[in-house]
Amino acid sequence: MLPSALDILVSLLLLVGGGFALVGSIGLARLPDFMMRLHGPTKATTLGVGAIVVAAMVHTSATSGRLSLQELAISLFLFITAPVVAHLLSKAALAQKARDGDG
Amino acid sequence: MSWRERLLPQPVISLLIVFLWLVVVSRFTLGSLVMGTIVGLLVPLLVRNFWVDRPVMHRPLLALGLFARVLGDIVVANVEVARLVLGPPGRLRPAFLELPLEISSPYVATILASIVSLTPGTVSIDIDMDRRLVLIHALNAPDPEAAVATIKRRYEAPLKEIFGC
Repeated sequence: MLPSALDILVSLLLLVGGGFALVGSIGLARLPDFMMRLHGPTKATTLGVGAIVVAAMVHTSATSGRLSLQELAISLFLFITAPVVAHLLSKAALAQKARDGDG
Repeated sequence: MSWRERLLPQPVISLLIVFLWLVVVSRFTLGSLVMGTIVGLLVPLLVRNFWVDRPVMHRPLLALGLFARVLGDIVVANVEVARLVLGPPGRLRPAFLELPLEISSPYVATILASIVSLTPGTVSIDIDMDRRLVLIHALNAPDPEAAVATIKRRYEAPLKEIFGC
């Protein structure tokens, strides 16, 4: 059994993470042009996944009794790949815009 | 080129990969250590042609400070951008920013561009080392010059100091 303070902390982190992932998706759906939409996923991958990963880390560490670092690797990989993806997408968008004449 | 450089071009990266492998496997056994070492030796060899020269870090402690600052900024900017996304979209002032680079190393410029992309509200589009500038798209920048100045002050200045270039 988890102590309840831990339960609350883990739940809060999950809610925060889920909330930011949701806002990122809402941004993706409702912002008006491609460049602005690109800003949605950056948020979801940083704080959204970040908070969920910390929640998983706290939970596993507490239940198994030893420090669990695996989850941090997820964050690390996302932090390395997310800027590259955003960069490639926006570059492709700019090239297409230049080719088609306008946005 | 010595045998060390030929077989082990990036010793630090190799060590990091071995460590990461062990963390992901999360069981320290001889088998996982051997496997991690093989991956740690092979990956740098496979990507060596893409590698750019990495300048030496002069101020590692300052790098830790910058890392903490970036994490803090990610949290603050997330809240800020969440408010912008949920608010009326007509109020947003998106802008393309041209950030003139003082950094001369492509490696450090890439770190700067990645920081810009990770902090919500700004995405790096292009690093142009010939014209020495980074093209950035900002979700809401009513004052583009101030936004550029903030990025230069908060991230480029410390990076310049850390790598001394």
